Amino acid sequence: MFAYLVRRLFLMLVTLFGISIVIFFLLRIVPGNIVDILFAAAGYVDPADKANLEKELGIDRPLIVQYWHWISGFLRGDFGYSYVSEKPALQEILPRIPITARLAGLALLFSASIGIPLGVISAVKQGTKLDYALRVVSLSGLSLPSFWLGLLILTASVAMFGQMPIFNPNPQTWLEAFATYAVPAAAVGFRSAALTMRITRSSMLEVLRQDYIRTARAKGASEATVNYQHALKNAILPVITVIGIEAAFLIGGLIVTETVFNIPGVARYLVEAIRWRDYPIVQNLVMFIAVVVVFANFTVDMLYAVFDPRIRYTD
Amino acid sequence: MRSVWALAATAALSLLTISTATLAAEPKQGGILRMYHRDSPGNASIHEGATYSLNVPFMPVFNNLVIYKQDVAQNSMDSIVPELAESWAWVNGNKTLTFKLRQGVKWHDGKPFTSADVKCTFDMLMGKAQQKFRQNPRKSWYDQVSDISTNGESEVSFNLKRPQPSLLALLASGYTPVYPCHVSPAEMRTHPIGTGPFKFVEFKANESIKLTRNPDYWRKGRPYLDGIELTIIPNRSTAILAFVAGKFDMTFPTEVTIPLVRDVKQQAPNAICEIAPTNVSTNIIVNSSSPPFDNVDIRRAMAMALDRKAFISIMFEGQGDIGGTMLPPPNGLWGMPKEMLETIPGYGPDVKANREEAKKLMQKAGYGPDKHLAVKVSTRNIPIYRDPAVILIDQLKTIYIDGEVDVVETANWFPKVARKDYMIGLNLTGNAVDDPDQSFYENYSCGSERNYTNYCNKEIEKLFDVQSQETNIEKRKKLVWDIDKKLQEDVARPIVFHSRMGSCWQPYVKGLTVMTNSSYNGYRYEDVWLDK
Repeated sequence: MFAYLVRRLFLMLVTLFGISIVIFFLLRIVPGNIVDILFAAAGYVDPADKANLEKELGIDRPLIVQYWHWISGFLRGDFGYSYVSEKPALQEILPRIPITARLAGLALLFSASIGIPLGVISAVKQGTKLDYALRVVSLSGLSLPSFWLGLLILTASVAMFGQMPIFNPNPQTWLEAFATYAVPAAAVGFRSAALTMRITRSSMLEVLRQDYIRTARAKGASEATVNYQHALKNAILPVITVIGIEAAFLIGGLIVTETVFNIPGVARYLVEAIRWRDYPIVQNLVMFIAVVVVFANFTVDMLYAVFDPRIRYTD
Repeated sequence: MRSVWALAATAALSLLTISTATLAAEPKQGGILRMYHRDSPGNASIHEGATYSLNVPFMPVFNNLVIYKQDVAQNSMDSIVPELAESWAWVNGNKTLTFKLRQGVKWHDGKPFTSADVKCTFDMLMGKAQQKFRQNPRKSWYDQVSDISTNGESEVSFNLKRPQPSLLALLASGYTPVYPCHVSPAEMRTHPIGTGPFKFVEFKANESIKLTRNPDYWRKGRPYLDGIELTIIPNRSTAILAFVAGKFDMTFPTEVTIPLVRDVKQQAPNAICEIAPTNVSTNIIVNSSSPPFDNVDIRRAMAMALDRKAFISIMFEGQGDIGGTMLPPPNGLWGMPKEMLETIPGYGPDVKANREEAKKLMQKAGYGPDKHLAVKVSTRNIPIYRDPAVILIDQLKTIYIDGEVDVVETANWFPKVARKDYMIGLNLTGNAVDDPDQSFYENYSCGSERNYTNYCNKEIEKLFDVQSQETNIEKRKKLVWDIDKKLQEDVARPIVFHSRMGSCWQPYVKGLTVMTNSSYNGYRYEDVWLDK
């Protein structure tokens, strides 16, 4: 197990190094840089001013030098300065991470707490009206785009309550803070819950047909024990995989929700930074997301061993 | 007797109404003005930007030497009032503009304002100072200024190469604040220091901008507000819904489209909405340096095929203006009168007849029903650019031109235009000041950086100088009309329409004036107050 852990950690580092190269060079392939954008916005270009600015920002240097400057700084914890705000990149990025993390965490909680129980119920009650109703709900969750659902929630809130559940940067109470995140988390978590529910259902249906489930019932175990202790424990592996993937997706994939609910999180900031070609922000943010994704995958792999004793990571 | 009592009662009632109204109109101190911002400005330095996304949040931080009176909707020479200057005078045969400066004014960091700050600011704008702006988009505004001289701490003079009466108009723009000498341009981009009614508090990119009342403001009793908070909401639907729900006191100025104004009025009937021209023209840039548009007949045919009313009907529900380069009257001061405009080919009311003429020109150039001209219409990937480009393509079909939209990301738009890598472009041109000098020199003079089409007519350029030096407004107006007419006839940059946009605010917001011939100059907000 220890050797496996070391090997996985080494692979993670290699993966992150590869990602850093891809991020860096892909960003430079995209036409235009911050200087082009600044001058485009100003509607003029002065070659001397342009050259000065490129020099000031260091984007006139060879790419390999620029890469080394970034990656060596990154390893030292020096993330550079935002080209746009001229503030340290870390100072720009750090306050946004908890915002997105809270939103993603709450959305995942919503997804798991709704999706898993309903998936189990749907599987146990297969073919009943309840099962059909739950399947319709899960299908609609997968079909409704979260931006549309978000806008619908906002419009309905204004029309029905005259209130607008958009981001409140300074909530006064715990309840206000929860309300700030709960509505967007529900909007984005609905799709995630639907996916979790469907995976739970199909996985449970497969497990419920196994011999050992019949044996458990024959031994007189209660339905709850059979479903939750014997069946769910064995059906949960694919669900964990999906939740892991969703967790990674949610960190960077909340752009639409953050835009609609005006949440100043990581995803919206990343898109804005890409629009400005703000290389230090984009590079460091994408690296941060890559680290989260790689660690999420690693955690899922480790959880496999916890939930399924048959899985043993040996050499 | 009864009628006498009735009369007395009526008089008393009238008096009561008048006094109540007077009381209601008495400005109240306090409150935070909350509005949304349409996007996150790149920085906080007005001099380094060319978008009113900067002026709206940061104009309240500063003062100019002179300013367009903030409660007069139409900017004109008559509405210019002193600000950091107490008075001004043209001397030396109109070649020197001298300002007497206000005494006792302090920067927000407590340092005194002096004539050195004025000299510093304009030396930097002219590129003569040691400190440089990262970008200086309005350097050409000061082409006629030879130098700035000071006389003690309270007098400053702009010495000109030749008379330029409209320099005063340029100095009154929201784009012309006075910066402090002791603060570097880099600091001004992140933490602006001004002398204005509001102090900068913070600017969180993509999140919010906060200003607070300047208690030491030189204009006693102003500002009325305790502060201004702008929440950055790029998503228009979210922003409008938030305004309707009462989260904001006003929308971002001149940003609400005509259909959205209607929606707002339906959902929030008490909201006050005004629709006004923005002095932003939608125009066509034609690459006349390479075939087929090096052929003037094809350029003319294209200009003649335009159905400007259709553009305005589709995009603005009929609320837009047809004109030449200068914003048309009554809101614009310098636009050609309708009768003159209609004499320009393509501006006549009979679109069908115009297009028949255009077809003849196309046939003369070798195109016809059997041989269409294929073109790419390049434009920026923003709805206000894309939408008219699509309509333009539809209209060009009527004269044997088959267009295809070439959507270009903002980052690549200007480099593409600068290297002439386009056939036709659909472009927007905003005018900070409703003055011919700004518009003509910037967009049409030979070698100007913003003359995207490289139109160069030395004869016209001489006329630019003539109108620029003319002090008689009526005479200058006629010269400007002739120049504008000639620019349209030369198809220098065919103007399609001048847009209008809406601004909305809650009924308790008072003292707000939407300017009708520029969307860059009316955001000092020192007279705005909240009646609640």
